[in-house]
Amino acid sequence: MVNTLMSVSAVIILLSMALAVLRFIKGKTSIDRVIAFDIMTIASVALIAIISYQAHRVIYLDVAIVYGLLSFLAVIIIAKYLEKSL
Amino acid sequence: MELAGAIITLLGSLVLLIASIGLLRMPDVYNRLQAGTKASTLGTILSLLGIILLEPGWIGKLLILIFFIMMTNPVSSHVLARAAYYIRIPFAAGTVVDKLETINEARSDNTDMRDET
Repeated sequence: MVNTLMSVSAVIILLSMALAVLRFIKGKTSIDRVIAFDIMTIASVALIAIISYQAHRVIYLDVAIVYGLLSFLAVIIIAKYLEKSL
Repeated sequence: MELAGAIITLLGSLVLLIASIGLLRMPDVYNRLQAGTKASTLGTILSLLGIILLEPGWIGKLLILIFFIMMTNPVSSHVLARAAYYIRIPFAAGTVVDKLETINEARSDNTDMRDET
C-alpha cells in the first residue's frame, strides 16, 4: 500500500515536470522559461527524496541538497543577468 | 504512521501538479510566478514531511532540506519578479494597480541608481 502510494506520487511529480517542460517550450519571454526551470528543479528535489526512500539509501538526500543549492544559484544569476546588473 | 506519511507525500505531489497547471494556465509572467512558486514550495515541503513520517531516522537531512527550500524559494521568486519588472515585461489585460510605477519613473530619471545594487 505504502509503496503503491509512493509510486503514484512519483508519477504525479513526473507529470507536473512534463507540464513545466511544456511551459518551457511555449513560454514567450525568457523569464517564463526561468520560472519553468525553477519549478522543474524544485519538483525534482521532491522526486529525488521519493527515490531515495524507495531505494533505502540516505546518500541520495545529499544529492537533493546540492541540486537545490545549484538550482537556486542558477536562478539568481540568470535573473541578475537578465536585469543587466550583473 | 507509514500510511499517513504516504498520504502526505501524495498530497504534496498533487500540490506540485497544481503548481504546474497554474504555470500553464495563468495569463501573465507575474501570475505564473505567484502560482508556481507558492504551490511548489508547499508541495515540496509536504512531500519531505511525508518522508520524515516514513523514515524517522532521516529527519536531520530532511529538515535541512525543508529549511533550505523555505529560505531560498521566496528569494529566487522575488529576484525573478524584480527582473521581470525592470526589463518591462507587460502586465496582463486585467491588471488594476501598479504600486511601483512612481518609483520606476524616478529610477528612469536617474539611471545611475541601478549600479548601486
